[in-house]
Amino acid sequence: MPWTRDEMAARAAKELKDGYYVNLGIGIPTLVANYIPPDVRVTLQSENGMLGMGPFPYEGEADPDLINAGKQTITELSSSCYFSSADSFAMIRGGHIDLSILGAMQVAGNGDLANWMVPGKMVKGMGGAMDLVAGVKRVVVVMEHVEKSGAPKLVNACSLPLTGKGVVDLVITDLGVFDVGRGKHPLRLIELATGVTVEEVKAKTEAPFEAALAA
Amino acid sequence: MVTKTRATAAEALEGLLFDGMTIMAGGFGLCGIPENLIAAIRASGVKDLTVVSNNCGVDDFGLGILLAGGQIRKMISSYVGENKLFEQLYLSGDLELEFNPQGTLAERIRAGGAGIPAFYTKTGVGTLVAEGKEVREFDGELYVMERGLTADLSIVKAWKGDAEGNLVYRKTARNFNPMMATAGKVTVAEVEELVDVGRLDPDHIHTPGIYVDRILQGVHAKRIERVTTRPRETEGAAAGEEV
Repeated sequence: MPWTRDEMAARAAKELKDGYYVNLGIGIPTLVANYIPPDVRVTLQSENGMLGMGPFPYEGEADPDLINAGKQTITELSSSCYFSSADSFAMIRGGHIDLSILGAMQVAGNGDLANWMVPGKMVKGMGGAMDLVAGVKRVVVVMEHVEKSGAPKLVNACSLPLTGKGVVDLVITDLGVFDVGRGKHPLRLIELATGVTVEEVKAKTEAPFEAALAA
Repeated sequence: MVTKTRATAAEALEGLLFDGMTIMAGGFGLCGIPENLIAAIRASGVKDLTVVSNNCGVDDFGLGILLAGGQIRKMISSYVGENKLFEQLYLSGDLELEFNPQGTLAERIRAGGAGIPAFYTKTGVGTLVAEGKEVREFDGELYVMERGLTADLSIVKAWKGDAEGNLVYRKTARNFNPMMATAGKVTVAEVEELVDVGRLDPDHIHTPGIYVDRILQGVHAKRIERVTTRPRETEGAAAGEEV
């Protein structure tokens, strides 16, 4: 059985380490916050200017001055702090954030990432994605393995305009987990979802990869 | 004696607006936007504007009302996904659009206000964003040159301010406002509360008054784009009981 969105988020949460500062993207990455292990303390950064993001507010307690990068209302923690967008991206670009978890349209075997634009369709903008992948120490992509049409998203070369070149470290899909290597080694399949076979993954992946599954 | 304080947004903009000008507007989504000054710009009818702002409001609020008024010729933004009218105007060719990565946009404005004409960043190297721009290697890594950005007018929103123009922002409503305050040839600030000089702790001021030319106290609807809440825990759940 392929992983559900929540199972993918739970797998991504295993990438969190104690003391990490982390930026979570919109969609499945947001769900990762629900699976932070109890013995791990991470600080969530919101690129609109906050460290120490708390949970959504209770009904009736939403504060218009307190939102996340997805424009949803959130809350603060006793440890939170606020800063400007320039300071926020100094943290991001300057390599002070340990981990960024974000979605993708395409990832290439060399770590190229496309997740902001489909030519011919209305372009909404890249927001902070290009800064995040350029500056954060480790970039983890969480995405469905194939498009709705069945087309592979893990490709030889991205056909869509890039968000960043050679920036992805790890890809988690509903079928398994890939270590990208970024020049150090070829793309490796390192984990499979329960009941999924290497053959099935091969059939649904355009990029060549080697299977390096733990016994 | 020069006074920075104005009674209304219209008064605060008097003599500052002209067709074809560039305006920077603070805010992230609808959070921390100078809604009174935007409304006054709408009412003025000024047109052919280039607007620098991270987003472009929603259809009937924030900068969206300037789009509806046909007043914006070009937007410089990082994300405009919340606005249907934007899409129509863009696809029909009535609106120019320049996308900047959010951090690059923030830094361009910061640099502009700080007298820095250009800087190098690794954001966007190897993407459409770097096309036509100088790319240079430093310490074995590639960086793209981006230009500092200034405007004829910056409009910003703060929580509290005083007659000196000192500003304090609240929570994530700070966002782009502090940098924009520095990058306008003229900067107009609207605040929720204009307090007497001396009431703001000098150590807690976010924007020093030197950057602010005019200031007004506004009335703020502070609309929320996406109210997202969680259910209250039952007493059992709050005590850690499995439910």
